[in-house]
Amino acid sequence: MNIADFLIQTLNSVQYGLLLFMLAAGLTLIFGIMGVVNLAHGSFYMLGAYLAYSLSSMLGSFTLAILAGVVLSVLFGLVLERVLFRFFYQRDHLDQVLMTFGLIYIFEELRSILWGDDVHGVPIPPLLTGSIPLTDTLSYPIYRLFMAGLCVLLAIGLYLLISQTRLGMKIRAGAFNRDMTESLGINIKLIHAVVFAIGVALASVAGMIAAPISSVYPNMGAPVLIMCFVVVVIGGIGSVRGALIAALLVGFVDTFGKVLLPQVSAMLVYMLMAVVLLWKPEGLFKQ
Amino acid sequence: MSAPKANLEALPRSVQIVLALGLVALVVFPFVGSDFYAQMVTRMMILAIFAMSLDLLQGVTGLVSLGHAAYFGLAGYALAFVTPQDGAVSLWWTLPLALLGSAAAALVIGFFVVRTKGIYFIMVTMAFAQMIYYLFFGNKVLGGSDGLYLYFKPDAGLFDLENTRVFYFFTLACLLLTYAFLRRLLWSPFGRALAGIRVNEHRMRAVGFGTFGYKLAAFTLAGALAGLAGYLWAAQTGFVNPELMGFHQSAHAIMMVILGGMGNFAGAIVGAFAFEWLLHEFKGLPSLGEFNLGKHWQLWMGLFIVLLVSFAPRGLLGLLQRRHKAGAGHG
Repeated sequence: MNIADFLIQTLNSVQYGLLLFMLAAGLTLIFGIMGVVNLAHGSFYMLGAYLAYSLSSMLGSFTLAILAGVVLSVLFGLVLERVLFRFFYQRDHLDQVLMTFGLIYIFEELRSILWGDDVHGVPIPPLLTGSIPLTDTLSYPIYRLFMAGLCVLLAIGLYLLISQTRLGMKIRAGAFNRDMTESLGINIKLIHAVVFAIGVALASVAGMIAAPISSVYPNMGAPVLIMCFVVVVIGGIGSVRGALIAALLVGFVDTFGKVLLPQVSAMLVYMLMAVVLLWKPEGLFKQ
Repeated sequence: MSAPKANLEALPRSVQIVLALGLVALVVFPFVGSDFYAQMVTRMMILAIFAMSLDLLQGVTGLVSLGHAAYFGLAGYALAFVTPQDGAVSLWWTLPLALLGSAAAALVIGFFVVRTKGIYFIMVTMAFAQMIYYLFFGNKVLGGSDGLYLYFKPDAGLFDLENTRVFYFFTLACLLLTYAFLRRLLWSPFGRALAGIRVNEHRMRAVGFGTFGYKLAAFTLAGALAGLAGYLWAAQTGFVNPELMGFHQSAHAIMMVILGGMGNFAGAIVGAFAFEWLLHEFKGLPSLGEFNLGKHWQLWMGLFIVLLVSFAPRGLLGLLQRRHKAGAGHG
């Protein structure tokens, strides 16, 4: 492997890791703050991808599609939280697992009814097509750099929201002690709804920006969900920082595994998880 | 978290009578039902064995595994690998081999997963099962995404498993043996220790139980019994594919255990039958104008699951137990 190849694979690793982080961050926030295991998180990713597919052809602009998609995803998250998830915060994990598994079935079937079962492509916006040359023979697509950049911006935004704003303070207080926060007059139900909607929107945005390179297809949420689980287990449940580091780690192991050890690459990420479990059963950054 | 609620370990007389009637119905069924339905009931019985094996973890020990289908599928694949294209293999060495294979996989994976608790356990069992799923899905040598065919059922020597009715009764015998074994296990010192781990693992450790070993033993045993079900499934359907080990199959097993009521094995059997029957009904729904209701069975199953968990989280036997308790309170 020469330097240029190495550079390209490193960029791919970072880009994949950052995308995973967007998904895992929502999953880990929803678990850390509301205590809900959400198997349907992959469905939000799928929802985002299908929204990107429909909205970009309807509105004629990828940027507008993303903006409209975010609004729709937030609304969707708020409604879902209000009618269903809210009643499961205090329930057993087993009930949460089953309820969200039922949701996967419902979402998949609604997807099939609304969009059909075909694979669809989403065009890369014209501004972001093309590649940046790295050497005489190798280049890197601009769109992937855009994806990575957007993920970094959102990660910084998320960090600032949680650590620097009044809302973030309330979120952290609610995660730390729900009853005390509530008795101080903070509307914890509203906080939960907001956090849930943020989680849905992050997953949905990940699906939207991934759509042009991964295409849009049935059941696309399932493999992503498993990877998110691996990331969250490695990073420690509830830790956003842990999710970031674990996501990048998984991104590197998966990408370089496919290049260097293609025979066992499917297993490598899980072996990484097994090693972490032996060493730290509660993840690297357990809160 | 869910643990202490799992109960009804001692089955009330009314449930025992229902179970006995159910057994009579199962014995009579192949003589009155068609071959098609006999095969369907055979599959239900196989899944009942699978659900019972999960109940040992989920209901008795309080470990919710979302990757139990891996051990089910592995045994099926084991049979598919050793069955040649042109003849049957003996049941008497392939069945132990398949069970050992599943048990070994459960032992290795269990070594990692039983260190974790609660939500971690759920996520990690699922992740490892998916690892096995993708291993088989992606490797042409292992059948790939298409899976493998078995052209012959195992040769049992004394009886002919190619005969639908014989296979039915062989499966029924496996079901009864598994049930008797697990009920006996439930009341053994080992079973009591597992129930103790469910209720309060810290206390069990404080009184000197090495809970890691107990949990690992339960996980391995559950894997082996899931393997029994998987072996029968492969023999009966003549076909294995990665979906047998998939996440949906694992979730279905959890659903069966919940639907019946967990922690007593009888509920798992009832749940498996009820779930498969529902699946059959949903898939057989007619078309409503342009809209084919049966094709979209996942929608109805999804709605059913969400409604069940929302309103009757402890399943059919749970409802019964609630009535039972209410009755006892009045008396």
